[in-house]
Formats: sequence, structure tokens, C-alpha cells
Amino acid sequence: MSNVLSLTTFLPILGVLLLLFIPKDSKSVLRNVTLAVTLVNFLVSLTILSGFQTNAEFQFIENMPWIAAGPFVMRYNIGIDGISLWLVILTTFIMPIAVLSTYTAVEEKVKEYMICLLMLETGMLGAFISLDLFLFYIFWEVMLIPMYFMIGIWGGKNKIYAAVKFFIYTMVGSLLMLVALIFLYFKGMEAGITDFGLLQFFSLKLDMTTQIWLFLAFAFAFAIKVPMFPLHTWLPDAHTEAPTAGSVILAAVLLKMGTYGYVRFAIPLFPDAAHKFAPMIATLAVIGIIYAALVAMVQEDVKKLVAYSSVAHLGFVMLGIFAFNVEGISGGMLQMLNHGISTGALFLIVGFIYERRHTRLITDFGGLSKQMPVFATIFMIVTLSSIGLPGTNGFVGEFLILIGSFESELRWWTVVATSGVILSAVYMLWVFQRVMFGELDNPKNQKLLDLNARELTIMVPLIVMIFVMGLYPKPFIDKMDPAVRKLVSQMRVAPVNAQAIPAGLPAGHPAMETPAAEPSMMPAGHPVVAPSSDVNTEKVVNPHEAK
Amino acid sequence: MDMISIPVVNMTPILPEIFLSALAMVLLLINVFGPSGQKSYLAYISFFGIVATAVLVGAGWGGHIESFSGSVVLDNFATFFKMIFLLAAGLAVLISDQYMEREGCNHGELYPLILFTVVGMMFMASGTDLMTIFLGLEVMSVSLYVLAGFNRANKKSNEAGLKYFLLGAFSTGFLLYGMALTYGATGTTRIYKIASVVGQMTLPSANIMLVAGMLLMMTGFLFKIAAVPFHMWTPDVYEGAPTPMTAFMSAGPKAAGFAALLRILLVAMPTLQVEWSQLLWVLAVLTMTVGNITALRQDNIKRMLAYSSIAHAGYALVGLTAGNGTATAGILFYMLSYTFMNIGAFAVIILIAKKGETNGNVMDFAGLGFKRPVLAVAMTIFLFSLAGMPPTAGFIGKFYLFSGAVQKGYIWLAVIGVLNSAASVYYYLRVMVYMYMKEPTEEFEWTQVTAPVALALIIAIAGTMIPGIVPSIILEYAQEAVKLI
Repeated sequence: MSNVLSLTTFLPILGVLLLLFIPKDSKSVLRNVTLAVTLVNFLVSLTILSGFQTNAEFQFIENMPWIAAGPFVMRYNIGIDGISLWLVILTTFIMPIAVLSTYTAVEEKVKEYMICLLMLETGMLGAFISLDLFLFYIFWEVMLIPMYFMIGIWGGKNKIYAAVKFFIYTMVGSLLMLVALIFLYFKGMEAGITDFGLLQFFSLKLDMTTQIWLFLAFAFAFAIKVPMFPLHTWLPDAHTEAPTAGSVILAAVLLKMGTYGYVRFAIPLFPDAAHKFAPMIATLAVIGIIYAALVAMVQEDVKKLVAYSSVAHLGFVMLGIFAFNVEGISGGMLQMLNHGISTGALFLIVGFIYERRHTRLITDFGGLSKQMPVFATIFMIVTLSSIGLPGTNGFVGEFLILIGSFESELRWWTVVATSGVILSAVYMLWVFQRVMFGELDNPKNQKLLDLNARELTIMVPLIVMIFVMGLYPKPFIDKMDPAVRKLVSQMRVAPVNAQAIPAGLPAGHPAMETPAAEPSMMPAGHPVVAPSSDVNTEKVVNPHEAK
Repeated sequence: MDMISIPVVNMTPILPEIFLSALAMVLLLINVFGPSGQKSYLAYISFFGIVATAVLVGAGWGGHIESFSGSVVLDNFATFFKMIFLLAAGLAVLISDQYMEREGCNHGELYPLILFTVVGMMFMASGTDLMTIFLGLEVMSVSLYVLAGFNRANKKSNEAGLKYFLLGAFSTGFLLYGMALTYGATGTTRIYKIASVVGQMTLPSANIMLVAGMLLMMTGFLFKIAAVPFHMWTPDVYEGAPTPMTAFMSAGPKAAGFAALLRILLVAMPTLQVEWSQLLWVLAVLTMTVGNITALRQDNIKRMLAYSSIAHAGYALVGLTAGNGTATAGILFYMLSYTFMNIGAFAVIILIAKKGETNGNVMDFAGLGFKRPVLAVAMTIFLFSLAGMPPTAGFIGKFYLFSGAVQKGYIWLAVIGVLNSAASVYYYLRVMVYMYMKEPTEEFEWTQVTAPVALALIIAIAGTMIPGIVPSIILEYAQEAVKLI
């Protein structure tokens, strides 16, 4: 089973080959085969999870020669650590759900749709597992193609505009990153680096000017993908126009490419520049949090609202990452998973009502809870998870991010960002109220059916994960912890952290010991692992909870 | 002196050229005296002739033979380019028959003319004397003028032929004048002798006659590769010429122009690199930008690909500006990839268009994606490769071109290059938008795909995808080829 990572990554492509031989009219066969492929792939990825050793090393490494021509040596070099592990699992977990959500939503061109979904899965997984910069770039670009077609072919009214905008925005960023990549390689060659292998570049010492330019190029590409304010404008369009499964994957996995890019590439490759730009990036992140929340509040279209909430959530992730301490980055990583689950679920919910009513305007709804009680319950749970209620997954991530960044030099940014938590409660609860409560006066809404078995099957795993990650996040944090600590030690910004620890840390928080001291477990009694033990802090961080 | 003192004429280096010329002449005779009517069999004979020539050329790989007193050389550089020309010609022949039958042309002379063009291009790649290169260029150009105007009944084709002829003749004048001045400055037309004479000059850039000669020669070749500001002929000629010939013209002569430019600039004038690379820097930026920006506005797909072809010459000029091993190998790789992807795209256009070159707009691709999925996927692959998306050969080619520039320190040139690439994505995507995201405006009958065109498409897809995934198979040869110049 040493090739299990390759197997996970390329199994969907084998699925595509299988689909090619199925006639396009047998829609249910196409759907079921795709579902089976993604489910099998999820099971395969679970063997990765069970075989993963909790340490900071890259595991499941496969390293084979691929291209060797001229000055360049590219290798098929893949592997995962605690950071990419969860993103791989998230991807394989979301895919069957996304496939299942298309059973009634997509009636046209089913075969092509399923092919796009599977190709997208390979692209996403490949980007998460690549340890060769060139290989990463290939997967990063390849991902664009199926997503472009998914938005452009099966999207809504404005699909072409949204698809082209999505493609070109991402392309501009990634092409500049390509130039930076080439430049980095030649810099590395001078220092004796022999191929595009990522790990060698971590030890490369670059002067500040070089770091700044390269960091800017990488950061720009990733910022578009995250997306960070003010480069986020493609996202609401893409999300609104994309079909439900496309939105789910876009929110759950594709946006994580950007934040993952910072964690895996931009920050550890150029630590000094990353540190220099941290205040700027944190500023943009905070602006994103507040601005997106305010814009979300006034949306008339539920899907657009969820899209803007994505921008806000990813702002939190960025803030946590750029705190450069264990709490912040763990929180950021965890919030990436949480956002994948909660926002994915929100898009599915929007998809459910859209399929029933063919509208997403908030004003077309009202009082749905009387007609659809199960739906209302699920929607409520997801809403609460999205705004970070304790007991749900959203809380753990946001809380970690906020303590992490509060203890870093981004303290004042944190203060502003915290108001974003309140705002998220405002727009989410308000939309819930307007859609679910009130008079059921629209006659079209009076005949709505509650969730059917398939839809429940889609939602149950997500709901389970919301609670599992909310009540017992320890296994998730434990697995990523050594890798996160290693990343923090790569930051080489010890003075800043050392300053922050004694100042920002209340007594009884053992979590702030210096990075890389403890190899594996988070210390027992960490406030986050058992949220119920830390009631005071909850109240401070989540004032909105007392609604 | 020892170069000149070899009196034995070794015919080995030009065996493929001799074979191809003889074949072309025999074909001309067959065309006149053979059975009248259906001329498709001439296409088959030419195709197999081209394949045979490719075998002959390939057998010369690894050798290094100078002949005709150093005016022709058989080296890997020439061999690589000859393969590109033969490939372009082979694909063009494959896609010609169906088109010519549909347009109702008497196409017997077409195939000999294509073969003569190839002979001319081969001499441009293997010529190590300015005169050889010039003769090669003339053989190529004169045949191309005829090919551009081949569809006599079509006004646009006539216009294309005449325009190409007038402007081409003009540019040839520049070229010849440049060669004369270079001869005046160095006393020889042998490229390797020019190299040693120029190399011994203390300050070659102060020699006005030499610099003027170089600039005029560059003008001549830049015209052939359709670089800005010598690109004005391209859209009209590409649009008017019969589509298979447009495909051929966009790949073959461009590669030949680069072969000659590479040999003259890098072998004969390396000491002037500072001067010519400064000039090429500006021209590369202009060529990429003008090509891409203008292509954004085109509705006619042949015109769009004409401007895109200008832009692609610009990318290759980025590599020439850098002029190092990475970039020159990149040029060779790119010219080969471009041959596959561009002729492939034109093959699809041939299948979409209807008699009289109608139905040639981007809008006419509407709905193709689901009516003819295989054809649409092929077109998608070619377009993504042209746009430089991985995992296609177009991406690897651009990667090496821009890497060469970065390696040489031309980082801004590479940045302008990639931004241009991003802009170009828009017009390539536009075709895909019509293919996949719009419904056809009217029902029309789809042309049947004949076996030769299908074969051409398969070759083109393989040539676009396989080097994109395992580029070493081509890159190793490309790097071997540029070692010797």
C-alpha cells in the first residue's frame, strides 16, 4: 500500500475512463458509478488516515523521476503531513456528497458533468499532495479546467461571465507565481538545489529583497484563490452561477487551495517576507471579514449571501495563519475544515430549496419551518455551526484563531475581527429568520415537501461532523499539531513570539510553550479541546450567542 | 581555410532534399499526364513521400557533416527543424484533400508545391551560407505565394496571394540588402567564417555596415515569422488562403524563419548579442501584446488564429532574446508543439467550415461540444495548449521559453510574457464558450470526417498531449539539437 496516495489521487481518473464507456442516456448508471468511485476513494483515503503517524514528517512519500531536461529537474514527488492530511480527507469526504447532490439537480449532460467532477477531484487531491513545486503548479492549473466547464455549462443565467472571470482571475495570479517559481528555482540552483522538491527550498536562505518579490508573487496568486479582499470579486459571481455541486466543491475545497498555499508554500519558503507583510495581509483579512459580512447582510439572494459569508470566514482563516503561532495556525487549519463542512452544507441547503422553488430570493420565502420541519432543524444546526456556536465545529476554529492572533502582534486586528463574529450571527440568523419563520403566506411555499431520504443522506454526515468536530476536536488537532509546530519553527521569528507569549497568555494556558518543544500531543487540558471547561472565554468570544 | 579546401562534394546532407525535389517533379508530371479527375491519390503519394523523407532525415540524427564547401551542414539542429517542416507538411497534406474537394479546386499542383516549400525550408535550416539560406527562403516563399492564392475562384484567396507576394518580395529585398552589407563588412557569406571575422573585431557594434547588415537581415526574417511591426500581411493572408495552407504557413515557415534567425544571430553574431537582444526585447513585447490585444476583437476564427500566431511568434522571440540553452531548446520545442496544436486547430476549422469558406466565425462553433463531442474535445485540447495550460505541450514550451528569459535576467520580459498569456486565455476561452455553453443558432449538416483528417487529428492530439505529460522525450532532442550551434 505504499502507493496509496497516488491511488487516491488518480482513482477518479480511472473513474473517468470507466464513464467514457457508459452510454450517455443511462443517467442513473452514470451517477451511481461516479458515486461509487468517490465513495471507494473516500475509503482509500481513510486508510491513509489510519496509517498516518502523528509526527511532523511527510509521510506516504513517493518520489520518482519525471522530467529532467536542461536546467530543470522535476520529480513526481508526493507526500502528506498533518496539514495536508485533513485537506485530502476533506476532499474525498465532500466528493460523494457533492455527487449525491446532483442526482436530481443535473438532468442535462450528466456524463460530462460527472467527468468534470472526477477530474476536479484528481486536480484538487494532486495539489494537496504535491511536494514538487512544478507538480503542484500543474495540478493547481489543471483544477481550473473542470471547474470552468462546470460553471460555464451547468451554471445559472450569468454563467459565461462568471466562468470566464473565474478562469482569468486565477490564471493571472498563477502565471505570475509561475515566473516566481522559475526565479526561485534558479536561486536554488545557485545554492546547490537539484530539483523542484519543496523540502529542499525550505532551507534556502534568500535575501530580503528577493523574498519580498517572490512572496508577493506567490501571495498574489493565493490571495486571488482564497479570495482576499479586494481580489474577491470573482467569488460571488462564480458561486452564484455555479451549480450546487460546483458551489459546494468550490467553497469546501477549492478556496482552501489559497490558504493551503500560504501555509505550505508562501510562508515557509519566504518567512521573513511573510513576517514583514503580515500586518498588511492581516489588514486585508480583517477588512474582508467586516466588509463581506456587511455585504452579506444586504444580499437578496441566499446563495450570494453564503458566498459573501465565505469571504468573511476565509478572512478569519488568513488572520489565524498570519498570527504565526500554534494556536492561530491550528485554528486556521481547523477553520478551513469547518468552513468546508459548514459552507458546503449551506450551499447544499440553498440547492435544496432552489430545486423545489427555482428561486433563491429571500423575499420569496418565509415560514418554511412549518412546512419543512426536518429541513428547518438541519438548516438551524448548519447556521449555528457557520456562526460558531460552542458545541459546533465553527466555534473551535474561530476561538483558536482569535486567541492565536490576539496573542500575536496582531492584537488590534483581532479586536476588530471579533466584531465580525457578531456580524456573522446577524446576517446568518436574520436570513434564517426571514426564510424559515414568519407567515407561510406564499401559496407556492405551502406545498413544499420536506427533505427526502437522499437529501437526508447527504446532510447527515455533515451534521455528524459538525458535532464531532465541535465537541471533540482533539483527534483533528492532534494529527496536525506536530506539522503546525514545525511550520511555526520555520517562521524563524522567535523574538516576536517570545514577546507575545508572556504578555498575551493568561495563567493556566499551557499551550504557548515555545514551538517545536513537544513533538506530538497537544497538552491535556488545553482549553480548546474541552470547550465546556472554559465557560468564561466562550462568553467573551461569542457575545452573539446570547441572542 | 580548411573548410574551403574540402573539394569533395558530399551529397549525404542533402539526400532528403534531393529525394523530395525529385518526388515533387514526378508528381507534377503525374498530375499532367496521369489520369484526370480525382487527384486524391497525389495526396497519398505525397504523404508517404514525406514519411519516407522523415525516415531519411531521422537517420541523419547525431551526425555532423559539412558539405558544399561549408554552405550546407547536416547537424542535429537542422535535423530537428527538418522534422518540424516535414510534420507540418504531412499534416497539411492530410487535411488538404477533403478541403480542396469541398471547395472544388483542381488541387493536383498543390502537393508538389507543398513539397517544394519543404525543400526550401530545409535549406533554410541546414544552410550555413547566407546564399544557401537565401535560396532556401526564396524557394519556400515563391511556393507559398502560389499556395496562398491557390483557390483561384475565391477573391480573398487571390488577394492573399497577391498581398503576400508584394510584401514578401519587399521584405526579401531587405534581406538581400542585409546579406550584401554583411558580406561587405566581413568579406564572406559563410556563417562560420562570418563568426570568426566578427569575433576578431574589437568593437563589432561600431562597424556600421555590419550592424546595418544584421538589422536588415533580421527584418527579412522577422517578416517571415510575422513579428510586429512586420506583421501586417498576416491576418489578410491567413484569412484568405485556403485553410490547410493557412495551417501550413502558420507552422512551417515560422519555424524556418526561426531556424535561420537562430543560426545567424547565435552562430554568426554572438558578439553582437547585446545589440540584437535589446532590439528583440522590444519587438518581443510588441509582438506579443499587439497580437494578443488584436486577437481579442476577432470574430473570424482564422483571423483570430492569425493574430494568435503573431502572439506566438512573440513568445518565441522572448526565447530568442534570452538566447541561452534553455530558451533556444524552448524555441525548438515550442515550434514543434505549435505545429501540432495549430494545425490541429485548423483541421477542426476545416471540418466546421462550409463551401466557399463560409461558417468561419467563432459563433459557428456554437453547440459543437455536445453535437460532436470528440471534435470539440480535440479543439479544446488544441486551444488549451495554445493558451499554455498544463498538461499540454504548449505549457511546457512556454515554460522553457520564459525560464530561459528568467535565467538570463529578463524577468520583466517573462512577466510581460505571462500576462500576455493570461490575456490570450480570453479569446481561446471564447471559442470554448461557444462550443460548450451556447446552443447552436441554426441546424446545419456537419461535414463527415474523412480518414486522412481523422489521422491528422489523432497525430495532432498525441503531439499536443504526450509531450505535455512526458516532455523529456522531445526536450532531450531539442537540447541535443541546440548544442551544436
